[in-house]
Amino acid sequence: MIDFLVSPFIEFAFMQRALLGAVLLSISSCPVGVFLMLRRMSLAGDAMAHAILPGAAIGFLLYGLAIVPMTIGGLIAGAVVALGAGAVSRFTLQKEDASLAAFYLISLALGVMIVSLRGSSVDLMHVLFGTVLALNDDALTLIGAICAITLVTLAVLWRGLVAECLDPLFLRSVSRIGTVVHFAFLALVVLNLVGGFQALGTLLSVGLMMLPAAAARFWTARVGPMCVLAVAIGLASSLSGLLLSYHAALPSGPAIVLSAGAAYLLSILFGTRGLMAVRSRHRHKAA
Amino acid sequence: MTQPVLAFRDLTLGYDRHPAVHHLTGDVARGSLTAVVGPNGSGKSTLMKGIVGVLAPLGGQVGVAPGTRIAYLAQQSEIDRTFPARVIDLVRLGLWGKRGLLGRYDAADHANCRKALQAVGLDGFQDRPLDTLSGGQLQRALFARVLVQDADLILLDEPFNAIDVNTVADLVALIRLWHGEKRTILVVAHDLDLVRRHFPETLILSRRKVAWGPTLDVLIPENLARARNFDEAWSDDAPWCEPDHVHGGPDHVHGGPDHGHSHDHHDGHARHEHPRPAGAPAHGHGSGRGGR
Repeated sequence: MIDFLVSPFIEFAFMQRALLGAVLLSISSCPVGVFLMLRRMSLAGDAMAHAILPGAAIGFLLYGLAIVPMTIGGLIAGAVVALGAGAVSRFTLQKEDASLAAFYLISLALGVMIVSLRGSSVDLMHVLFGTVLALNDDALTLIGAICAITLVTLAVLWRGLVAECLDPLFLRSVSRIGTVVHFAFLALVVLNLVGGFQALGTLLSVGLMMLPAAAARFWTARVGPMCVLAVAIGLASSLSGLLLSYHAALPSGPAIVLSAGAAYLLSILFGTRGLMAVRSRHRHKAA
Repeated sequence: MTQPVLAFRDLTLGYDRHPAVHHLTGDVARGSLTAVVGPNGSGKSTLMKGIVGVLAPLGGQVGVAPGTRIAYLAQQSEIDRTFPARVIDLVRLGLWGKRGLLGRYDAADHANCRKALQAVGLDGFQDRPLDTLSGGQLQRALFARVLVQDADLILLDEPFNAIDVNTVADLVALIRLWHGEKRTILVVAHDLDLVRRHFPETLILSRRKVAWGPTLDVLIPENLARARNFDEAWSDDAPWCEPDHVHGGPDHVHGGPDHGHSHDHHDGHARHEHPRPAGAPAHGHGSGRGGR
């Protein structure tokens, strides 16, 4: 059993790197996912993940499969879409979901178009689904830096984020920081998706962000514990996904996201605030 | 008298250039307790947002005396009750003015929050999730937050909506307590009996100011009828309200776009016609609209 769990990571450096990358990503993007979910922006995360694509694709077009240009390209594209959609929703009548949908659809089509200008379908698969088993030092450094930035930013903005989610009008009545918080948070989303893009690709990185968060929602009614729990579920999913992919020769990215998906489905059923708990409340208390 | 806490000068607030509060002028005296009444869509909530600075004026000014701490309680629907927070988390938001984003809450802060919960009758509720509260309990919690804010100027937007009689009585008692502490309070309310019983001053709004003064002088059938009959609709064809137009006088009725005076949208430039000179009697409206 120990052998089953541990030996892949002892014997193979690429497995160690994959695990380290996935652990850093979980710590970083799962709390971001919790706030995305609580702000009812779960699908915005998905949209943003698509939005990164054209930037990464331009980096790829110019420099091939190199991490730095693709990352910078992804950040720029993500920032343009996040700021664009954020500005449209904040300063016009259109809501965030509609403006995001508009921006990301344009981005996605553009990205696929650009990749196909040069690459094969294998390249497209790489950009869309990533390669957690081929993380190099650059990629790990990048993910580590993103993790550190995210944790520091969340710690600093925590009170503002909670206020902005819970009662945005109140926050605006006592402080002008709401707008700053809003855009800083969108920046974190983009940053984490770009970080996850190396390992899991643009399409699946949002899976590690949202699924543990959505699962954690079924277990607790407080934000702090919810973030911790989401990270724990993310870590467990990363580990089980990598082991699954190693032992059963499955693609690693989908295995990680499917593990998180399994955690989500189990949480719906068995969570303390899930279906079974709600169904079993036939017995009620006297007051 | 001391300087007013709040001064409106020809204040116009609105959305997308259409006025929701139109050319409001007047002062709110320090320590006064004022009810703001008027039909739906008459600009009451908009006025609150304008005072607190959430909404920038389209014209004119809101003057708030320097150093005034403002507590603003929006309508309940603005709060996300599904957010996983406890009652105490909501109440602690009231510490923002004092502690901001990063300041640590000290023992006195925690004691303040506890005392505020006791004062609104929610002792023992601090760890309850928000989504388990009734509407009345949530409103009590929000009043606790106002208490924690310890403000000089308190703005309450429809605090009594969908609240039972007992809770209203408790909340009114709190408001009267604040009044006794010389805080300045503006409350948007619909229950005119309640306003007559508890609020010394009343402002009747129906986009423009209908009347403002001692409650018993203001809440007369004539004023209420005028407030009811205002025209809620706005139109994209409405002419521009000219900036050089003089708006003055407490009861001046502005012959604005929604008062039905003639205007031809297609003549190439927006004209602004005054059916009568500025400062005309309060009961006049533009021509062209009968059956009021």
